[in-house]
Amino acid sequence: MPRKSLVARLRKGFIPLAAAASAPLFFAQNASANWISTEHGGSPNADAIHSLYLILMITGLVVFFLVEGLLVYTLWKFRAGRGHEAQQIHGNTKLEIGWTGGAAVLVIILAVVSFFKLGEIRDPPNSDASGYKTTTIAKDPGTNQKIPPDGKAMHIIITAFQYGWRFTYDDGDPSTPNVYAYRDLYAPTNTTVLLDITSQDVIHSWWVPQLGGKFDAVQGFHNWTWFKIPASKAGSVFRGQCAELCGRNHANMTLSVHALSPADFTKWLADKQAQLEQAKVEGAKQRAVVDAGETLK
Amino acid sequence: MAAADVTTKTTEPTLPRVPLLTTHSVERELTGWRAWVLTTDHKKIGIMYIVTALIFFVLGGTEALLIRLQLGAPDNTLLDPATYNAMFTMHGTTMVFLFVIPIMAGFGNYFAPLQIGARDMAFPKLNGLSYWFYVCGGVVFYSSLFFGAPEAAWTSYAPLSDDAYTPGFGTDAWIFLVHLTGISSLVGAINFVVTIANMRAPGMGWGRMPIFVWTILIYSVMLIVALPVIAVAATLLLTDRHFGTHFYDASAGGDPMLWQHLFWFFGHPEVYIMIIPGFGMISEVLPVFSRKPLFGYKAVAAATASIAFLGTLVWAHHMFTTPSPTAVLVFFMIGSFLIGIPTGVKLFNWIFTLYAGAIEFKTPLLFAVGFLSMFLIGGISGIILATFPIDWELHDSYFVVAHFHYVLVGGAMFSITSGLYYWYPKMTGRMMSESLGKWSFWFMFVGFNTTFLIQHSLGLDGMPRRIYEYGDIGHWGTYNLISTIGSFILAFGLLLSMINAYISLKRGPIAGPDPWRANTLEWFIPSPPPVNNFDVVPRVRSVEPLKDIRQEVAARSQTVEATPSATASA
Repeated sequence: MPRKSLVARLRKGFIPLAAAASAPLFFAQNASANWISTEHGGSPNADAIHSLYLILMITGLVVFFLVEGLLVYTLWKFRAGRGHEAQQIHGNTKLEIGWTGGAAVLVIILAVVSFFKLGEIRDPPNSDASGYKTTTIAKDPGTNQKIPPDGKAMHIIITAFQYGWRFTYDDGDPSTPNVYAYRDLYAPTNTTVLLDITSQDVIHSWWVPQLGGKFDAVQGFHNWTWFKIPASKAGSVFRGQCAELCGRNHANMTLSVHALSPADFTKWLADKQAQLEQAKVEGAKQRAVVDAGETLK
Repeated sequence: MAAADVTTKTTEPTLPRVPLLTTHSVERELTGWRAWVLTTDHKKIGIMYIVTALIFFVLGGTEALLIRLQLGAPDNTLLDPATYNAMFTMHGTTMVFLFVIPIMAGFGNYFAPLQIGARDMAFPKLNGLSYWFYVCGGVVFYSSLFFGAPEAAWTSYAPLSDDAYTPGFGTDAWIFLVHLTGISSLVGAINFVVTIANMRAPGMGWGRMPIFVWTILIYSVMLIVALPVIAVAATLLLTDRHFGTHFYDASAGGDPMLWQHLFWFFGHPEVYIMIIPGFGMISEVLPVFSRKPLFGYKAVAAATASIAFLGTLVWAHHMFTTPSPTAVLVFFMIGSFLIGIPTGVKLFNWIFTLYAGAIEFKTPLLFAVGFLSMFLIGGISGIILATFPIDWELHDSYFVVAHFHYVLVGGAMFSITSGLYYWYPKMTGRMMSESLGKWSFWFMFVGFNTTFLIQHSLGLDGMPRRIYEYGDIGHWGTYNLISTIGSFILAFGLLLSMINAYISLKRGPIAGPDPWRANTLEWFIPSPPPVNNFDVVPRVRSVEPLKDIRQEVAARSQTVEATPSATASA
């Protein structure tokens, strides 16, 4: 077969296939259930991952239908027993350079698009004016920490352990005790929350699908990420769980992120601080009793 | 012709009457079980590799079905967490170390020497040693079932695999498995390289070597590069566990990331070690059944080599979620993207091998085409996962599980099955049943896609891997049920092929030397081949020596028919 007609035939077959391949575009946009795209909606980084994923997936689907279409067409068209002989073609340098170049261009485009989107996913934005008032965050050199442009964010230290999560709200003031909580993380909306993830034993992985990607908790390392829940999600609870095998109870190392409006969060934090203070007072009383040589009642 | 021969014989000078070959003793040929256990024949060793690997495959498959049963419904209590963790640890380890790599070694052992026209491997005794090390590794590993099975996954991430968190015999058995099968593969790989480099038939330059031999060569080089690293990593883990060192223990100044770097420096080339011989099988099967030469032989060989080279440079794409600087992530993302180029090249070359051919839909071809269609899906999801910001969301989720099963089951498994149907007649002298083979293909194809396509959705819906139970969240219950049903369809399809292989041993039609009208030298000799393989090694003039021979024979017999008087007069 002459080369020209071969290429022309391919092109003829490809156009309807490309049209068919773009159909999922619709699908993806209307999909509410997450069977075809990543979970999102809780934070801008998760949304950006979602849109980047859609770009790659749709490109992937187009490639899939083109290649699979070519394969099926070839199998059907050139099946034996139709009275034709196999053509002894050993190769076609132009065609081969063509698809090598085509594949190269495609991956370069995808890489460029990904880097274009990277900032949105990796770099935390400023908190909104309506958000919870936060203080300037300290730099953590030698880590992958990224800080919002204005340098202000809420700082939560996540310590993972077999099998649970401890969340410490670092207020940046060493003289006052930090509020902490286990398993349930309460966070203000419209506020950039920086997460400083580490582990006290084996490797775990922080993952709340709707709030962005996962980050491993490794003993001796600090792994930074962030989320910023929009005001519309106040009152929502986001499900999360450990994503790195950490032992027998790995399946039940779950967590929840509760989104509170800044006002409610202020109340929650004050309440926690009061509890801490009270525990401190109680503790001091009990110590006095013990120090006096008496037994606790 | 005959007359000419006679005249040369009479004019020949008489040779001195001394023996040209001497031997000190002639050993009696071994029979019964000793013929197998003590053999150094590459063909027998090859068959032992394949059969042993299939036994481990049945074990690994059973573990997979148990995993799927446990996950079939939310809050299932069929397996307790320790057993579940042991099952996926053993499943992964078995499939990687005891099934795919050794079965490729088996096919390589049997067919690489035959395809290059050699009479055995370069070091026959080392070859036997290599097989028995492999068996020892498997036995040590499975003996842990009686003492406490390993639970730290096939990746054995430190510090979870350290004695503080996973005490007991299981992880030690895993370490010994890595050492023993590692020695086995290393010895085997050196043997392959030496054999392929030195023992090719006259005329078979590098550019005329069958693609399967190319892939076995590349597989061997990669094993030699990657295996010492995992051996070191496992030894450090062993000393951490038993001799008080702290290589991976952050609380004592060690580094848990060290394990991941060492492991994946081996672990990612490992993926290509498992799939590249499969590429070779596909590259043998497609030309034969489309009656066409491989499209772009040099491009396919070069693409395979560049996949192998790039494959050793991208290990940290398994570590995108670890605390690492962006520059590192970018490097490993770009590297992984680059692999997409030679892989795409190969895929198109394979499709264009079929294009304009006369395609015969025999079972080996069906499996090869199944490979093409599913490996494509694995490649596309691979590019998605190589994009590190997306990997942050999908890493360690069922999306990843789906991805690598498309590559390893849709890719490696389907190519192995294709190779099995293709070469079975050569190994046994009998054909496998075509109808049973086709039934098996369709059950496997449908079962496989039912099991694993839906797992992409599970991952997207937020289900992490390696969890023994899950609550009734989102659609997890439904998706998992679909996947479990699919896994049993797949298992049934596999069972049909195994039954097929078993009954065809006795009942299959006699194959003859070249049932497929194939292109490479193994089809030049009887099926099964005699111990010495080749009485005469033909001179090789192209990539497809047997096609040349067939054409030559056809041309000569045509001449004989057309001009009988001319031949007679000569």
